[in-house]
Amino acid sequence: MNPAPSIVFFTVCSGAGYGLLFWLGLLRFFGLVPANPGFGVAACGLALVMVMFGLLSSTAHLGRPERAWRALSQWRSSWLSREGVAAVVTFAPAGLLLLALAADNEALARPMGLLSAAGAAITVYCTGMIYASLKTIRQWHHPLVVPGYLLFGAFSGAVLLALIAAFWGAAAVPAGIAAVLGACAFLLKRLYWSSVDGGRPVATMESATGLGFIGTVRPLDPPHTETNYLLREMAFRIARVHAARLRRIAALAGFAAPALLMLLVFLAGGVVGGVLAVAAVALATAGLLAERWLMFAEATHTVSLYYGVPDRR
Amino acid sequence: MTSLPQPGAKKLGLVIDLDTCVGCQACATNCKEWNTSGHMGPLPDQHPYSAGQEGVWFNRVHSYEAGDGEAGRTVHFPRSCLHCETPACVTVCPTGASYKRAEDGIVLVNTDMCIGCQLCAWACPYGAREFDEDQGVMKKCTLCIDRIYNEEIPEARRVPACVSTCPANARHFGDLGDPDSDVSKLVAERGGFELMPELGYKPVNRYLPPRRAPKVDAGPPKDAGPLPSQITNPLLRWVDKVLSR
Repeated sequence: MNPAPSIVFFTVCSGAGYGLLFWLGLLRFFGLVPANPGFGVAACGLALVMVMFGLLSSTAHLGRPERAWRALSQWRSSWLSREGVAAVVTFAPAGLLLLALAADNEALARPMGLLSAAGAAITVYCTGMIYASLKTIRQWHHPLVVPGYLLFGAFSGAVLLALIAAFWGAAAVPAGIAAVLGACAFLLKRLYWSSVDGGRPVATMESATGLGFIGTVRPLDPPHTETNYLLREMAFRIARVHAARLRRIAALAGFAAPALLMLLVFLAGGVVGGVLAVAAVALATAGLLAERWLMFAEATHTVSLYYGVPDRR
Repeated sequence: MTSLPQPGAKKLGLVIDLDTCVGCQACATNCKEWNTSGHMGPLPDQHPYSAGQEGVWFNRVHSYEAGDGEAGRTVHFPRSCLHCETPACVTVCPTGASYKRAEDGIVLVNTDMCIGCQLCAWACPYGAREFDEDQGVMKKCTLCIDRIYNEEIPEARRVPACVSTCPANARHFGDLGDPDSDVSKLVAERGGFELMPELGYKPVNRYLPPRRAPKVDAGPPKDAGPLPSQITNPLLRWVDKVLSR
């Protein structure tokens, strides 16, 4: 699948924003992050900016962005529509949370924090289901895809929260959570890769053409001599050597290194902790962008069978 | 509404005979010709007169080799929307632009509502949907809805453009929901099959398999002896003629 930059950026950016909102709402409810208004407004404000930036970026992928509002109508059948509805609905408690934090209104901030956390989790779940519901792409129609989206969002959000909390000298709790989630994300991604590498294609050239009763099927003449939409969008191919290198970058820079840095932040704290948290955010962002790019680039679609492009693994 | 309608009795679709298709591309060409000014037109082309030309087509004709040696075949394979009974391209649509008609099962796109998110193209396993980059909306085969119900044209021509133009009579149009229709009988008689049934979208269109090549008796050729013209001696040629009677 073609890794469109607008979607890669959108899912990483809004995923981290929702993760930040989730942990802020939840940890604040239990009094595990500073109750200080400055901290709350910084964290909630950054979360909302990232979510909005991500959603705006996603509309860049649309052919008719001015009609984007129509996407809220088909929540009964479409996961993309459900994601849109969940994102819009989540803005209500998240906006109130921001106001409550700015006004230092504890009675409002606590329930709005919980509601925002729930909304964030539901929205990211819907994002994952958009991909996991597509039977045509076996790398997406996989039981670890939705847990992955949730875990990677929660992890990157916790890293961001640790960075902000470091300025108030209270990074230990989010950093500890981020260290654990980073280790889990590393393991989940490794498990996912080994599973999809050994997975069976959903269909074959023989079943796609129905000609298997004659023997093996191979392409003779393509229907067109130039490329087309189907090939550009759904038969994107990445060199195996690059894929292996990018996987190492995603696993190490995206998850392992930031998890380790978060562990150090948890132990050290102070100014050193703040500097380490900045490095962790930078590494996690780069690694997650590589991870999300690969999520598309390595996905194979059944339509490529008609063009004789085999499922590589 | 992108929720699927209650399944109706009528299932309009195509039956494509892979035995007689000669891969001439006439169906694809006439499809483009009719539909570029039809219900879902235009079907734009990018860089039509230079390198890198490409465009929106509802029908693409592939050619494949299947099997090896004497059992092997060259098969021409037209690929278009199969108007599935449970199309994922419809249910994933966030706007309601993609829909399946309850009355005849045709899958269509309302291009006035489409936002061009292209999720339907990802959901279709058959590559039946192509994106119109000029209008920013998705396009697909309409089963020539503007021909088959068109009372302005003679009744005999109220079939999809691809069917009307096929010189090998390899394309058939009809109601596959009616077991007594000509197309249903043809499918039953020839063992018509659906594409990628394992994905479970229940395509309506059927393909008829290439017939198996007749068995050729591969015994050694009989010794026919020399031809009369090869016998130079006139006497022996006369003897050969008498004995050959």
